[in-house]
Amino acid sequence: MDVVGLDVLDLDTLDVARWQFGITTVYHFLMVPLTIGLGILVAVMHTMWVRTDKPEWLRMTRFWGRVYLINFVLGVATGLVQEFQFGLAWSEYSRFVGDVFGSLLALEALLAFFLESTFLGLWIFGWGRIPKKVHLATLWAAVVGSIVSAYFIIAANSWMQHPVGVVTDDATGRPRQVDFLAVLTNNTALAAFSHAIVAALMVAGALLVGIGLWHLRKRKLAQLPTTDTDHAVWRRSVRLGGWVSLAAFALVALTGDWQGKLMYEQQPLKMSSAEALCETEAPASFSIFAWGKLGSNECDDVHSITVPYILSYLAHGDFSTAVPGVNELQEEYSAAYGETYPDDPSFGDKAGEPIDYTPVLAVTYWSFRLMIGMGAVSAAVAAYALWATRKGRVPTSRIGVYGSLLAVAAPFVGNATGWIFTEMGRQPFVVYPNPDVPVEDQIYFFTAQAVSPGISAGEVWTSLISLTVVYGALAVVELWLLSRFVRRGVTSGDGHPTPGFTPEPPDDGDDGPDRGAPRRDRDDDVLQFAY
Amino acid sequence: MDLQTLWFAAVAVLWTGFLLLEGFDFGVAALLPVLGRRTPDRHLMLRSIGPLWDGNEVWLITAVGAVFAAFPGWYATWLPTLYLPFVLVLFGLIIRAVAFEWRHSHHTPAWDSSWTWVITTGSLIAALGIGAALGATTLGLPIDADGTRVGGAFAGLGWPALLGAVAVLAFSVVHGAMFLALKTDGPIRMAARAFARRWAPVASLPLLAWAGLVQLRDGTAVTAVLWLVAALAVVVAWARIRVEREGQAFAAWGTMLASAAATIFGAAYPVVVPSTVDAAFDVTIADASVSDYTLTVMTWAAGIGLPVVLGYQAWTYWVFRQRLTAEPVHEEPAEAHA
Repeated sequence: MDVVGLDVLDLDTLDVARWQFGITTVYHFLMVPLTIGLGILVAVMHTMWVRTDKPEWLRMTRFWGRVYLINFVLGVATGLVQEFQFGLAWSEYSRFVGDVFGSLLALEALLAFFLESTFLGLWIFGWGRIPKKVHLATLWAAVVGSIVSAYFIIAANSWMQHPVGVVTDDATGRPRQVDFLAVLTNNTALAAFSHAIVAALMVAGALLVGIGLWHLRKRKLAQLPTTDTDHAVWRRSVRLGGWVSLAAFALVALTGDWQGKLMYEQQPLKMSSAEALCETEAPASFSIFAWGKLGSNECDDVHSITVPYILSYLAHGDFSTAVPGVNELQEEYSAAYGETYPDDPSFGDKAGEPIDYTPVLAVTYWSFRLMIGMGAVSAAVAAYALWATRKGRVPTSRIGVYGSLLAVAAPFVGNATGWIFTEMGRQPFVVYPNPDVPVEDQIYFFTAQAVSPGISAGEVWTSLISLTVVYGALAVVELWLLSRFVRRGVTSGDGHPTPGFTPEPPDDGDDGPDRGAPRRDRDDDVLQFAY
Repeated sequence: MDLQTLWFAAVAVLWTGFLLLEGFDFGVAALLPVLGRRTPDRHLMLRSIGPLWDGNEVWLITAVGAVFAAFPGWYATWLPTLYLPFVLVLFGLIIRAVAFEWRHSHHTPAWDSSWTWVITTGSLIAALGIGAALGATTLGLPIDADGTRVGGAFAGLGWPALLGAVAVLAFSVVHGAMFLALKTDGPIRMAARAFARRWAPVASLPLLAWAGLVQLRDGTAVTAVLWLVAALAVVVAWARIRVEREGQAFAAWGTMLASAAATIFGAAYPVVVPSTVDAAFDVTIADASVSDYTLTVMTWAAGIGLPVVLGYQAWTYWVFRQRLTAEPVHEEPAEAHA
């Protein structure tokens, strides 16, 4: 069976487990940035309502809060899989990194997940039950929980990219933690965390812009007034989303540049693979478009259109630094870490096979470009939206508005490809050797030796297929729920709902944020009180 | 007490806390088709656990996280040996989580009853699966000297797993009924009370049997006393629910679980995965543990973090302390005798 150049039936446990990790993690990370980014923005809206008492901020809090919750729960549900699958499919990895990695996951649960879930429950069910300002604080506590959780999990991931704070234990041969603070302040983690948080804000910003513009245009075509609360809701959403996107994009670029400089020092092979740079260059040029045999890593057959000097700048902040090419690094790594995998059963099918230290160039090269490209698209759309809505204007251009709606997907793709790049770019290692440490003291672990030894390919196939099917079904329901809810717009009240759809009933759930609605709505929502 | 023992105790406390808290929301979910045949009753039941289930579930994530953090050798032996059962648990937890939230994102009877059914099914699968996993890790798994499974995909599912599964589900169902009796008012309260009164003695048996087996194999005098406390607590719970003292009955039933869990973990100590192949292959806390340095770091973090968590979780329960009734009123009257 041949699927995208892979002989599917030939995949061994390791390959299937890698596909499973990739699929479940990328899927999970579609929800996560929206949870983080939109959580922050909903908390801002709620704060504005508490401070100004303006009805549009309440409406925005309720509307975007509902979107946030529909998405949040899928993030929670798929996050469960993450915590178990290190043990399920990657038990040898878990044994090897246990002294560092497990404690970060446990701390994430203890210090972040409890905060997030408990206070979100209080926020959802607390409308009208707890004092207004305390109620606002519960949302902020939940949002802080999400951000803290991102920090711990990124610290765990960054330790795999750049292991610090550990020595090799003489008795076990595994890393033993000696400096927890070093693990927490790993520069790789600080850079990746700030990059991920601002990228999450781009996701939320694009959503506000796309949906806000769509409603504004729809209302204008139906000649609804521009003075009512509903209009203010969509206008403020677009303006807030647009400015957040633009500011976040600037920060994404800055933090990304920081990451690039760290990558040059810590994982030079990932850097040259991002560029499909086969031969060392000084000064090095940045590739715009490449073709040839990227997929099979045949460097002699890779061609590229480039801009001179730029890669030297990205790597080291000047226009002359040499950036080593894939061919040179491959030899360096072979000399340091061996030409072939040890002939040991723990390496499974890979035992005794030659090691390719170069990640799949087609993946690293194109995911890196997609990540940057999608970020740029988002920023351009945000700029367009701000310009098109300047001084109270409402755009009616079909292309502009529907383009912005479509571009809601762009930062999601950017986030996903960013992680695909980061994770695929460190192959064949699952724990990458830290070059700051002398080679003989370095700690590293090959992906090939990380998989659970006792499980069969059939078991992993079973879970991979069934997880993918369930995830697919959940995605369909989530998108249906979200699009239905989003099209209906804000709840009916003093304003005019967006035409063409019945507005959501006054109570948008049984428990939902609407319980804080003005008294007039409440009489209706008694009937809707379904829980 | 050395750090490994302390963390073994911490892990035991986390699992116990998880079963005590998530146990009642599993139980309420399992009882939906039994006590919630009328729509307002069903909605009342769901409303009683609505604000709480997600926070309860974090106890599971923390318990598993603590196993990984303190005893990676346990985590890396236990999970792959029961690969497919754990995957099934994840399915149960995933579908029930989304069902809780998505159920009320759309308003039709068919939508409502479908997601209600999903909540029940997911909760049943999760309760059974987690019970099976806990039963297996305290009574025995087929592992070799390297902690690798001997046998096929379902080799880990012997009678210990079955006993654990039944024990956790039976405990949860009555726990859920006790919770409903304590937390609601009206017909549901009566029905839940009757259910608990009828089933509490039987439902305690598998759990007491499980604890008794671990006790007979490896128990000490202390754990024997704990087992007796558990058995006594069943009697108290049953006696108090008969005289309609729901709060006391709920507390006694919880005491039963806590004492039984203390018996199980206390008797099993220091073994975390007993091997059914050869006792020489048992995984102990010393085999499975991380370094003392890491345990020290975690002890500090948990020592500061856990009281804070307990504080705000307790506050949540305080905020939502009112008895609920099927009539939707916005300011529920506070009940004094809860």
